[in-house]
Amino acid sequence: MAGLELLSDQGYRLDGRKATELRKLQARMGVFTQADGSAYLEQGNTKALAVVYGPHEMRGSRSRTLHDRAVINCQYSMATFSTAERKRRPHGDRKSTEMSLHLKQTFEAAVMTQLYPRSQIDIYVKILQSDGGNYSVCVNAATLAVIDAGIPMRDYVCACTVGFVDETPLADLCYAEESGGVSSLALALLPRGGQIALLQMDARLHQDHLETLIEAAMTACKGVSKVLDEVVRQHLQEASVLTGE
Amino acid sequence: MLNCSDTPDSKREATELFLFSRVPVFLKTFGKFCRAKELVYTWGAEGLPSVGRRKHLNFICFRSLIVIMLKSKTFVKKTRSGGVMKVVREHYLRDDIWCGSEVCTECKQESTVLQKDACMESSLCSYPHYLVPDTNVVLHQIDILEDPVICNVIILQTVLQEVRHRSAPVYKRLKDIIHEKEKHFYTFTNEHHRDTFIEREPGESANDRNDRAIRVAVKWYSQHLKTFESDTDGLKVVLLTNDQGNKQKAQDNGLLVYKCEEYVKSLIANPELVDRLALSSDDKSEITSSKVLFPEHFPLSRIQTGIKSGSFLQGTFRASRDNYLEATVFVQGEGEDSTEVLIQGLQNLNRAVHQDVVAVQLLPRSEWVAPSSVVLQDEEEGNVSFMEEDLRTAAAEAARKPTGKVVGVIKRNWRPFCGMLNVSQIKESTRHLFTPADRRIPRIRIETRQASTLAGQRIMVAIDGWPKDSRYPNGHFVRSLGGAGEKETEEEVLLLEHDVPHQAFSQAVLSFLPKMPWAITPEDMMKREDLRPLTVCSVDPPGCTDIDDALHCRELENGNLEVGVHIADVSHFIRPGNALDKEAANRGTTVYLCGKRIDMVPELLSSNLCSLRSNVDRLAFSCIWEINHKAEILKTRFTKSVINSKASLTYAEAQMRIDDTNKNDDITKSLRGLNKLAKILKRQRIEKGALTLSSLEVRFHMDSETHDPIDLQTKELMETNSMVEEFMLLANISVAQKIYDEFPECALLRKHPAPPPSNYDILIKAAKSKEVEVHTDSAKALADSLDAAKVDGFPYFNTLLRILATRCMMQAVYFCSGMDSDFHHYGLASPIYTHFTSPIRRYADIIVHRLLAVAIGADTTYPDLMDKHKQSALCNNLNYRHKMSQYAQRASVAFHTQLFFKSRGILNEEGFILFVRKNAIIVLIPKFGLEGTVFFDSKDKVSPNIVFEEEGPTLSVEQHKFHIFDKVKVTISLDDSNIQHQKIRMALIEPVIPGVSVPAPDTETPAKKQKLDR
Repeated sequence: MAGLELLSDQGYRLDGRKATELRKLQARMGVFTQADGSAYLEQGNTKALAVVYGPHEMRGSRSRTLHDRAVINCQYSMATFSTAERKRRPHGDRKSTEMSLHLKQTFEAAVMTQLYPRSQIDIYVKILQSDGGNYSVCVNAATLAVIDAGIPMRDYVCACTVGFVDETPLADLCYAEESGGVSSLALALLPRGGQIALLQMDARLHQDHLETLIEAAMTACKGVSKVLDEVVRQHLQEASVLTGE
Repeated sequence: MLNCSDTPDSKREATELFLFSRVPVFLKTFGKFCRAKELVYTWGAEGLPSVGRRKHLNFICFRSLIVIMLKSKTFVKKTRSGGVMKVVREHYLRDDIWCGSEVCTECKQESTVLQKDACMESSLCSYPHYLVPDTNVVLHQIDILEDPVICNVIILQTVLQEVRHRSAPVYKRLKDIIHEKEKHFYTFTNEHHRDTFIEREPGESANDRNDRAIRVAVKWYSQHLKTFESDTDGLKVVLLTNDQGNKQKAQDNGLLVYKCEEYVKSLIANPELVDRLALSSDDKSEITSSKVLFPEHFPLSRIQTGIKSGSFLQGTFRASRDNYLEATVFVQGEGEDSTEVLIQGLQNLNRAVHQDVVAVQLLPRSEWVAPSSVVLQDEEEGNVSFMEEDLRTAAAEAARKPTGKVVGVIKRNWRPFCGMLNVSQIKESTRHLFTPADRRIPRIRIETRQASTLAGQRIMVAIDGWPKDSRYPNGHFVRSLGGAGEKETEEEVLLLEHDVPHQAFSQAVLSFLPKMPWAITPEDMMKREDLRPLTVCSVDPPGCTDIDDALHCRELENGNLEVGVHIADVSHFIRPGNALDKEAANRGTTVYLCGKRIDMVPELLSSNLCSLRSNVDRLAFSCIWEINHKAEILKTRFTKSVINSKASLTYAEAQMRIDDTNKNDDITKSLRGLNKLAKILKRQRIEKGALTLSSLEVRFHMDSETHDPIDLQTKELMETNSMVEEFMLLANISVAQKIYDEFPECALLRKHPAPPPSNYDILIKAAKSKEVEVHTDSAKALADSLDAAKVDGFPYFNTLLRILATRCMMQAVYFCSGMDSDFHHYGLASPIYTHFTSPIRRYADIIVHRLLAVAIGADTTYPDLMDKHKQSALCNNLNYRHKMSQYAQRASVAFHTQLFFKSRGILNEEGFILFVRKNAIIVLIPKFGLEGTVFFDSKDKVSPNIVFEEEGPTLSVEQHKFHIFDKVKVTISLDDSNIQHQKIRMALIEPVIPGVSVPAPDTETPAKKQKLDR
């Protein structure tokens, strides 16, 4: 009928958040023992599992070996049950390939690959439930998994999507908002230095608004980093209790 | 996409942060990695998270720390392909939603909306109170809520959402009320409030849940306000609902609840508000008899399947103007083909009202009928309206049309209707019938106690419903427009009936106006060319306050001329997408009535900031040409500028300056230069085949005090009129070319299609009757033959012919260049055209300004501007508004003509026959620019012997034969026997036909009026 009202006159969004508020973010590190590093992250109803193997020697074609740094290999997939309608092809389609590439580029910017020449780091991310902001959730989960694997990084990589509605930037879009014709932008940030690891946008937006939108995205990413930081610290505390230190 | 993975390494090192002390141990070179299981982390500056902070670990909100609870909303949705989908959405509940009341000290709100002494004097509630209406009350009684008496109302989010889903117009009206500060309407976001959110219980319908949510919110409010009872003399919250069940449950919960009717009736100060109440469903049964008159409408689901399977047709219902038992349903087919289905008889019409979208079922072919040409007005009212057709009863087989019956209404298109009350015969009765001014709308039954005051007034009535056992729809009184026949009232009626939005601008719209005092800022100056030193002047009709164009002309050093057209820069003030822009887009055009102007943009802009008045700095959009003395354009450029007009002249003043050889100031020189060029341009244009058509425009001389027309004259045109026109045309064409070059897909242009050849039949025939030949193969041929058309001893012939030619033309329309391929403007003989020069009074010009500004890099674009579908939809609205404004203008002229003749009594005038019809002639009186019909048959008299011949066309009445262009003499009088439809009546004096013509009356005896019935 009338479409959804993404931002009410009172300043509330569809799900009751205000424009700058993020969804509830929960995470756990070290969920698998088999892998070198793993993490599970929920951002609202979007849930993702990230697993990291490596660094290890090159597998498959040796020709990809880099002599000065490690190769990062990312694979993104979505569970067939992750969306409302069952997915036919969980990975390998155009969208997943693109997403894998984006993840790879993001982590190449953050992981200190030069410490591991001629080796390979595998990052596998699976979306278990999808409710918007898949890219950012994957990045956030993968960051935790990389940290869990003990691979040195320059900083956390935190990602967040931001949409633009009624001249207002909305942080952390959910699916209903993403599909409501909002021009949205995904940004991955190294929060301490304020460096952008990846910026992606494929909707129309006037360049005058880009500045405000990036500004909002960076604030949101810094918000995410605070949570991730606390998750890591909590995990560390639990781990140190377990090891009796 | 941006990727920063290749930042220079040196920079990286600076910001690097080693989080992990122990890097996984390297065991074998290029062999195997082994990782220590017991990790030891060391940290930088910060310590471990404290226990207190861990409590908040699970939420993040970096504005303020507000505890938020998470719920999820799950529902099942049907997809387009027919599948069923489960949708899960998050739903956050908050603690920071405030109650909005002045009395509350608990909530940390910054501003309050609801007043402390919320006094609406009511006999039911003697204490101050806030009202909480439920959805149905808002939907049906929005007229009541709009009344200034009703204030301090809490609109719950649940209600707002439901209203949004169910009725867009009501939603917009509700939003307007909420924006109005004096009304003190507060929106409470109850669905996200921790204490007022409820979940749908198993087995509970969505409606029941919403009703419960409303009750819970009311309960919360009453408890919340109770804590401040001591200092508020018992402030309470009152729920308004019309649902009996809801009311009962609310009472059981101990809430204060009233029916809307009860409450409104209890208001002490405003008894007249009661009449504005819409009838609710359970009242309707009291009014009507139990006899079922109409077949039941099918449910929507059945209609939809029927339409899909082809057994029903969907279309727009168009009632017949002349016969209340007949209507057509216009079925839009795929592409161009569309059909019309005839509907006859009350049962088959089945309660559909003009403009409704209905589903029809075709009757078997054997039951098809032909449209009757009988004029039938509902019930036995005395005067039967005029007929322009003869009565045909026997339906020829060929004349039969597809006939059907209405089986359901898909969308009602009810709006409030203007009309008058027929006061019931029974003196004490409160139920009366209302007759709308538009004859296509059925009468409406309303309930009012002020019938005696409303009799003789024009009123507005809204339809509430049409039960199947009621002969007429039920409605309610909305408001009174004033006494019938009064000038203000009739003006209001014609605005309403032509759908001209003319309410005062809402607060939301006004909030986007620039703050006064306004001045041009240095930033504006930076971006604009400073053209203030130029001798710019404007030429407009007398009394014009919205000056949107100004001109200049000066000689350049190289001998050429520089000509500038400066147009008010309205798009600087009206930014895309805000309420002001939306309102202007909706209004589409300023409407000029006789002595009144309905602005498209608020007056501050139209008559002040945008108006290019003399001797003030104004922002303009300039189009500047370098032209040589042969009027060839050498260079064209567009720029945003600042100008300072040196003089605002009227056409007559400008003409005087040009003609006065003693004057030699800059302005006059500039005007002379413009005038010289304009003449050449006009000649060039006419050589290319532009048409000069004619229509008589009249101008009323108004009495300065009463604003009644005291004299009437046809407008005369001066050289300066055409001077300004020429340069406006030139600017429009230049701009059209520019925006089309830049935006071939989404330029807003204006076209004037060539009329189909058959349109010219009447013109050719008419000319032939005077032995003049008219060629219509091309615009050029037409223009030439019109120029050549002259008849000795009949100087007015040429003008008449041009008037006829005007009638053959098509309407010029706006369109989006990406949606059409034919751009030609027939009348102006230009391959491309648009409107650029009047942005104060036309919205199309604003869009064109925006496009041009983007094209020259002076402004930014926005998505809707580049979307050809949206723009095409906008064009449709603009074309509609434009058409309606023209109709309204004509109606206004007609009304003033009536006023004029009312004061004059009966006049004898000479006129010419413009058209010949089957039973009438249409006479044009050049002196007044007035057209009228002389009928030769009537119901109550024996009709004379009439013979109509199509070849000619001629009409023989008894012995006399009427030809087109014949000179006749007629009497003009005002027929006010039907107060809703007063009209000018003409009767024949010369030639004298016994039994048909009337004797020339003494102009002094208006009493004879009644006898002049043809």
